[in-house]
Amino acid sequence: MTKQEVRELQCIANRIRLNTIKSITTAGSGHPGGSLSVVDILATLYFKVMKIDPKDHKWPDRDRFIMSKGHAAPALYAALAEAGFIPEDELLTLRKLGSRLQGHPSMRHVPGIEMSTGSLGQGLSTANGMALAARLDKKPTRVYVILGDGEVQEGQIWEASMTSVHQKLDNLMVFLDYNRLQIDGNVEDVKSFTEPAARWRAFGWHVLEIDGHDIPAIYSACEKARATKGKPTLAVAHTVKGKGVSFMENVVDWHGKAPSQEQAKIAISRIEASL
Amino acid sequence: MTHTPQMVPTRAAYGKALIELGRLNPDIVVLDADLSKSTRTDGFAREFPERFFQMGVAEADMMGTAAGLAASGKIPFASSFAIFASGRAFDQVRQTAGYGRLNVKIGASHGGITVGEDGASHQSIEDLTLMRVIPGMTVIVPADAVETHQAVFAAADHEGPVYIRTGRSPVPVLFKESYNFKIGEAIVVRDGKDITIIACGIMVSESLKAAEILAEKGISARVINMATIKPIHTDIIIKAAEETGAIVTAEEHSIIGGLGSAVCETVSEICPVPVKRIGVCDVFGQSGKPDELMKAYSLTADDIARTALEVIKRKEM
Repeated sequence: MTKQEVRELQCIANRIRLNTIKSITTAGSGHPGGSLSVVDILATLYFKVMKIDPKDHKWPDRDRFIMSKGHAAPALYAALAEAGFIPEDELLTLRKLGSRLQGHPSMRHVPGIEMSTGSLGQGLSTANGMALAARLDKKPTRVYVILGDGEVQEGQIWEASMTSVHQKLDNLMVFLDYNRLQIDGNVEDVKSFTEPAARWRAFGWHVLEIDGHDIPAIYSACEKARATKGKPTLAVAHTVKGKGVSFMENVVDWHGKAPSQEQAKIAISRIEASL
Repeated sequence: MTHTPQMVPTRAAYGKALIELGRLNPDIVVLDADLSKSTRTDGFAREFPERFFQMGVAEADMMGTAAGLAASGKIPFASSFAIFASGRAFDQVRQTAGYGRLNVKIGASHGGITVGEDGASHQSIEDLTLMRVIPGMTVIVPADAVETHQAVFAAADHEGPVYIRTGRSPVPVLFKESYNFKIGEAIVVRDGKDITIIACGIMVSESLKAAEILAEKGISARVINMATIKPIHTDIIIKAAEETGAIVTAEEHSIIGGLGSAVCETVSEICPVPVKRIGVCDVFGQSGKPDELMKAYSLTADDIARTALEVIKRKEM
């Protein structure tokens, strides 16, 4: 990965951050913290790693992405707009009556959304199904998932993680958005989840630990996952909730509230300054 | 219809139909949650091991996996007992197959109280209610083996989520092979003018016996097989209400939210006539032999006939 490429992906990530803040502010509600924490992963996947075609979003050989933590929808929509799946100005219709951009992703509404999510804990199971289908059809498709670190308190995640390993789904890669905060506080206080890497390894996964905002590291993890045969890969992505907007970073209150117009102005100017 | 009908459990017909379907369509895949010998998906597993996914005791994960397979163009039949397929995995069915309008087929065996000795934990009397309330879900309760076979094929041809409920115990084969099941089309299996019994599943054969009992008392009862609970066949209900003036519904399910409710909703909005629902009356089941349970919960032909006479009296008031 060249320095130029990294710089371009960082610019894309910043534009996704900008549109995430703008859309949530216009909507007056939404989840900025956990959207901003996954932006660098989204930018790397959509603009470097995944084989997709915005002009033919049902292309059968495409790679699949599932946002299992569906409340990060604003970042996903911004990435889809950046990639050309939906018009950029549509992002300002987020959460409004009649908009395709539902509060949580709906596959029947938006091209590029591969699975309807929102009720937590379900994305990995659906990703397993897609990975199994790709194997049956002997397709090169790879399936990518982002899980929240609060989300893995859902038991279905662990049912699904057993399926991924049992079925030896090496065409599957998961990012655990390990930002250590959830709605009611620190993950450690709500229901502790120490040493996620060890836990996933114990379930039989190929596990990596990365800085979830380091684009070359994210890309390199994807390459390592691709090279790993016979087991699925999970990257524990150490992230910062609210990443890129200083007053939101690591502040749990920004899990699920929109900034005021004034706060948004500050946030936008900070992000623009780094563009 | 024959006078000495063959007895076949509808779950056996489900398993057999899957194998035939699997031979015709390579996109058919089957999932099971450690119950394949009971749901009868084991035959498909033997013939098509690469298209059978053993999910272990994890119904929620199974429904999500089925949704992912469907999103990639497969036609998954996710199979478990009705109580687990609808109850344990309700949110998964709603969020993915339902909201995503995905082509997931749910094969729910062991519906109702005739599961028998396993008791209330395994007797699904809520599943039709749960599945019926999901927008876009098709809900089918076949009456016999022939109808089950055809319902499986119809479900595979139908684009969208389908719930098919079968039973554990052998039930009479009512239909000839020439029978033509269509989703959303009920049929009159016995005509009559004094009252209509609308039934589904194993209650269709009970209702036919009830019609015989009523005939001996000079009452002409129409019997409708309402195999599709959703979308409900409105026209045949209205016609029955207009022509016979009274209705009894019969289902091996709670009287709340299933076939009886669907019929009452239709009748009360369009053509109000006296109705009485036969079903499990807002209580849990218990262990026992299927025929003992049918008597204990007032689901027999005698119960239907007695209820029909009561409803006819209300008509005359």
